[in-house]
Amino acid sequence: MRVVVCVKQVLQLGDEVEFTADGLDVDPDYLDAALNEWDSFATEEALQLRERLGGEVVLVTCGAKESEPALRRCLAMGADRAIRIEGAGGDPFSVARALAEVVRAESPDLVLCGVQSSDAVQAATGTALAELLGLPRTAVVTSVDYDEGSRKAVVDRELEGGLRDRVEVDTPAVLTIQTGINQPRYANLRAIKQAEQVEIDVRSTAGGGTPAYRVRRMFLPARGGGAEMLDGSPAEIAARIAAIVKERLA
Amino acid sequence: MSVLVVAEHIRGQVRDVTRELIAAGRELGPVTVAVIARDPSALVGAVDVEGVEEIVTVEVAAAEFENDAYQAAVEALVASRQPRVTLLGFTVNSMGYGPAVAAKLGLGFASDVHGVVLEGDAVIATRSFYGSKVSAELEFPGAEGVLLLLRPTTWAPAEGPGSARVSSVEVPAAPSRARHLELVEPAGSTDVDITQADFLLSIGRGIGEQENVERFAGLAGKMGATLTVSRPLVDAGWVPAARQVGQSGKTVKPSVYLAFGISGAVQHLAGMKTSGTIIAVNTDPEAAIFSVAHYGASADMFGVAEELEKLF
Ligand SMILES: Cc1cc2nc3c(=O)[nH]c(=O)nc-3n(C[C@H](O)[C@H](O)[C@H](O)COP(=O)(O)OP(=O)(O)OC[C@H]3O[C@@H](n4cnc5c(N)ncnc54)[C@H](O)[C@@H]3O)c2cc1C
Ligand SMILES: Nc1ncnc2c1ncn2[C@@H]1O[C@H](COP(=O)(O)O)[C@@H](O)[C@H]1O
Repeated sequence: MRVVVCVKQVLQLGDEVEFTADGLDVDPDYLDAALNEWDSFATEEALQLRERLGGEVVLVTCGAKESEPALRRCLAMGADRAIRIEGAGGDPFSVARALAEVVRAESPDLVLCGVQSSDAVQAATGTALAELLGLPRTAVVTSVDYDEGSRKAVVDRELEGGLRDRVEVDTPAVLTIQTGINQPRYANLRAIKQAEQVEIDVRSTAGGGTPAYRVRRMFLPARGGGAEMLDGSPAEIAARIAAIVKERLA
Repeated sequence: MSVLVVAEHIRGQVRDVTRELIAAGRELGPVTVAVIARDPSALVGAVDVEGVEEIVTVEVAAAEFENDAYQAAVEALVASRQPRVTLLGFTVNSMGYGPAVAAKLGLGFASDVHGVVLEGDAVIATRSFYGSKVSAELEFPGAEGVLLLLRPTTWAPAEGPGSARVSSVEVPAAPSRARHLELVEPAGSTDVDITQADFLLSIGRGIGEQENVERFAGLAGKMGATLTVSRPLVDAGWVPAARQVGQSGKTVKPSVYLAFGISGAVQHLAGMKTSGTIIAVNTDPEAAIFSVAHYGASADMFGVAEELEKLF
């Protein structure tokens, strides 16, 4: 079977921030890149399906060359090949449109995305992608039982409060994978080195189409009513915490 | 400026988020609430609150939520009524169909929205980026309507008796490609009920290694607190799910919530932000948890824990 996994290189902000001159985004100098946590669980799930049923795991990302480390991390976990798409906008619909072109051509049996990207928290790209591909989909999946014979999967959706909704979904389908569904494997050093040598298939997209949204202004949230900060040595901080706790519980 | 709110319900109960959506929607314009269910009439009363002009029911076959049925119903309502704004909760159900409806109909779209205003005829939504550390105002150029997934527990639920007109709309059944089978309860716990405790000591990924959990469990014991955790510690199998605070865990409201090494992701805050006194210790002075905490310390949790051990 062929499983396509959509992975994103996310950008994390440290404790300092500057905005770009146009005020529409954070200055990239203040951002560190990492593989989106959810996508490592999606990749692991795909690898486990391949181990059981054979076939291949294909990675796709939308982003500039700087986003290739995310692909290489997943290659080091054991994925077979990787495609990077250049030229799409950053909103979830532009990304989904670019992904759809490439994913459709792969004729996958399953497409796995993460529930959300940790930097943008949209939980939108996978479901939009399913719509563009005309595929069934289930969001926030915590277990996958795929039956090759009937081409159906029984999956659990995790609802608020931890309640699970068991769903039977026709495949091919798009599933958005929740953390905790498995324990993503670590890549060993040799695999990491080998992944450095893999050639990434770079495609480009013309882009276009209406974006989901356009950022008009980015800014620091007002810290009004924020926390009173306790300063000093660990001992001083601990003493203040102890006093507050004792007073509140008295 | 008409507003369509999609009610969310499970096991015959309308979820709280629905009245929060109504509260957000009635600030923007006349609100129509869509109730999509096998037996919608049983749910109408719960959404007939002040500010709702109309309730429209759509009968579907499935006993619980299915995304194809919801998608077909909402698409039909948007097509026939042309609301400027369609509001859904930023919930697991909405994640399964909201973006699909918007992508298909060419609507503007944003999720985890925590502010909406009108500027003339234009809808401006506010949401966060980069681990909730920065905010952004979004506009929706070129879109006739917008569909927004609003962050739960942000608007106070609409109250007061309503007098909405009720009508029903028939929507041709869509073939359901992802079918509800059954609801499965999370594994129960006999050992602890964190929702009953008055003092919670909560640890997150800042703990680093599994070995360190025991140390904080010990500190909690000394301080008379119940140990709780953020989701990654449950995902890793270090702590049972019964101790997880947040949207997919438990909602808690102790007198004191003392958080160590928790960043303050939106799904964690959803489960604890109404606690009496929130104290947070995090090495990152810009961590989002400080936006809901009453007291904060930008410090190493291990150093502070070591000193606290001496005081209890
Ligand atoms: C549908 C859905 C449901 C979810 N439900 C939940 C839920 O119920 N509960 C939940 O918690 N999450 C939930 N999540 C996950 C959530 O989005 C976050 O991923 C999670 O809350 C992050 O946990 P964390 O803060 O412990 O980890 P991180 O975000 O990794 O933060 C770790 C923090 O520790 C700090 N730190 C590191 N070292 C130290 C040190 N030595 N001393 C002090 N501080 C230190 C860091 O600065 C950082 O702020 C859900 C996600 C989804 C998509
Ligand atoms: N630029 C991207 N390239 C590939 N996949 C992406 C990209 N952005 C988002 N995704 C996928 O969509 C999921 C949800 O992201 P989001 O909708 O941004 O919260 C991620 O976990 C990925 O699987």
